[in-house]
Amino acid sequence: MDLNRENIRLQESSKFGTFALFAGLTGLVLTAIGYFAISPGQMFHSYLTAFVFWVTIGLGGLFFTLLHHLTGAVWSVVLRKFSESLMAVLPWMLLFFIPVVLGMHELYHWSHADVVAKDHLLLGKAGFLNPTFFTIRGIGYFAIWIILSMSLFRLSVKQDIEHTAGITEKFKKISAPGMLLFALSLTFASFDWLMSLDPHWYSTIFGVYIFSGTVLAVLATLLLVTLFLRAKGFLEGVITIEHYQDVAKLLFAFTVFWAYIAFSQYFLIWYGNIPEETVWFLHRWQGSWKTVSMVIVLGHFVLPFIILVTRSSKRNLKLLWVMGFWFLFIHWLDIYWLVLPTFHKHSAHFSWLDFTAMLGIGGVFMSIFWRNLTGNKLVPMNDPELAESLHFTNM
Amino acid sequence: MSTENKKILGILAEFANPGELLKAAEKVRDAGYRKFDVHSPFPVHGMDNAMGLKQSKLGYVAGIAGFIGCTSGMVLQWWVSAVEYPLVISGKPFFSHQAFIPITFEMTILFAAVATVFGMFHLNRLPQLFHNLFYSEQFAKVTDDGFMVSIEAGDSKFEPQKTKAFLESIGGTSLEFIEAK
Repeated sequence: MDLNRENIRLQESSKFGTFALFAGLTGLVLTAIGYFAISPGQMFHSYLTAFVFWVTIGLGGLFFTLLHHLTGAVWSVVLRKFSESLMAVLPWMLLFFIPVVLGMHELYHWSHADVVAKDHLLLGKAGFLNPTFFTIRGIGYFAIWIILSMSLFRLSVKQDIEHTAGITEKFKKISAPGMLLFALSLTFASFDWLMSLDPHWYSTIFGVYIFSGTVLAVLATLLLVTLFLRAKGFLEGVITIEHYQDVAKLLFAFTVFWAYIAFSQYFLIWYGNIPEETVWFLHRWQGSWKTVSMVIVLGHFVLPFIILVTRSSKRNLKLLWVMGFWFLFIHWLDIYWLVLPTFHKHSAHFSWLDFTAMLGIGGVFMSIFWRNLTGNKLVPMNDPELAESLHFTNM
Repeated sequence: MSTENKKILGILAEFANPGELLKAAEKVRDAGYRKFDVHSPFPVHGMDNAMGLKQSKLGYVAGIAGFIGCTSGMVLQWWVSAVEYPLVISGKPFFSHQAFIPITFEMTILFAAVATVFGMFHLNRLPQLFHNLFYSEQFAKVTDDGFMVSIEAGDSKFEPQKTKAFLESIGGTSLEFIEAK
């Protein structure tokens, strides 16, 4: 394999970053206009959906990197820079958390002291669900994500520059406690930001549910970014069909995992049949929400399962393009389905704010991601496992 | 050569190392032989391609068996709970597909797993208590440090002297005709 300057480092391609930043800022301005033009409630719910979507992409990048270091995987060495560039956007996402705090009263029922005072259940939860602690916890999650992603990213850049021994060991030392912190912070963040939208309802598996979607979304993002670069003539022979097949295998595995978790959540609530639990699914079975629910069941599990089950489809790059976009769409719809039924209680109403919020945060996210990617090498040149990763083949 | 009185069952050739074995397999494949095999103490990466082996059919076996397990699991529960012996359980409908999914899922896994194991045995022609190669004394080396290629006499291209010369030309040593004892 001939790894030269041209195909491991992106130059003269900062246009994409500028374009994404411009699109993002336009989206954010339009979303802000929506606050007045439509309603604050709609705007904050659309915003929260987009915020969670892009945070989970960054968190997925963090998870992929942690998993790579912990398992000592060889095949994913060539993908490491991409997942690292995704997780290194997380520090910036703290800025996007500010509107969530500002919009707390529009989003979260439990943030109104007068409502809580009349509600026995919420009174019992007030020690945890109150505006101050919510904000402190949010900053805490971001502190964990920033420390983990920055320390891993800096080590990776350091490894590119100097041939220092022992960096692989340092990666592992950070990753072991890092994985534990990741699991806890993701779980509690999903409890805070999504589950507490309906504060009477609870599901202990909820964090795992968000995690399964997170992994799917990041695999889809890795797939699309590398396929995009491939179409531009980069990384030919570095990320080969064998690596794509492995990403597709994980996508396949995680659609099944997602279905397993989603069904487990539904199944216990269905069996127990306790009103305070079933009400959450009942909301999502009303009017056009029922259609959205069915689309998620079919589009998040049944169709991808059938499509990706064979070896040949996992090696079909055109199909993987389509599946990459599809998984990102269905992940967004999944979060939409978690957030919006608390606002549009009787049936789904799509708003242009859903789109502008996604464009706004997404554009900024992609431009920072692009800057992380172009500022560094696309391939970890000094990784001791690189040579083996380049020649990786499936059995 | 004792070809007159004993039937030749095949030929065995030894190669120096896994790399040589891989190259030899490619040459044997390119020479047009089909009924040949390579023997090594451990798996050699890329050997499937070198030997020109097609993708295993095992995936289809698992897929079909899984599908049968899935449908039979669901149908069994439907028949028991809704047709043959309907019982009201916690006020739910007789045919509650939600409740049947765990067992349907387990049946899918069970059928697919069992079919995969036995399908693998079948495709590998196992159990096989004896193989002609066991007539060879030196064949035992493949469980230790021997890298060997064997070509069966049943191959359409097999001609004892020509095949022997061919194997020698691609670097085979310790050539041996396999003959029944």
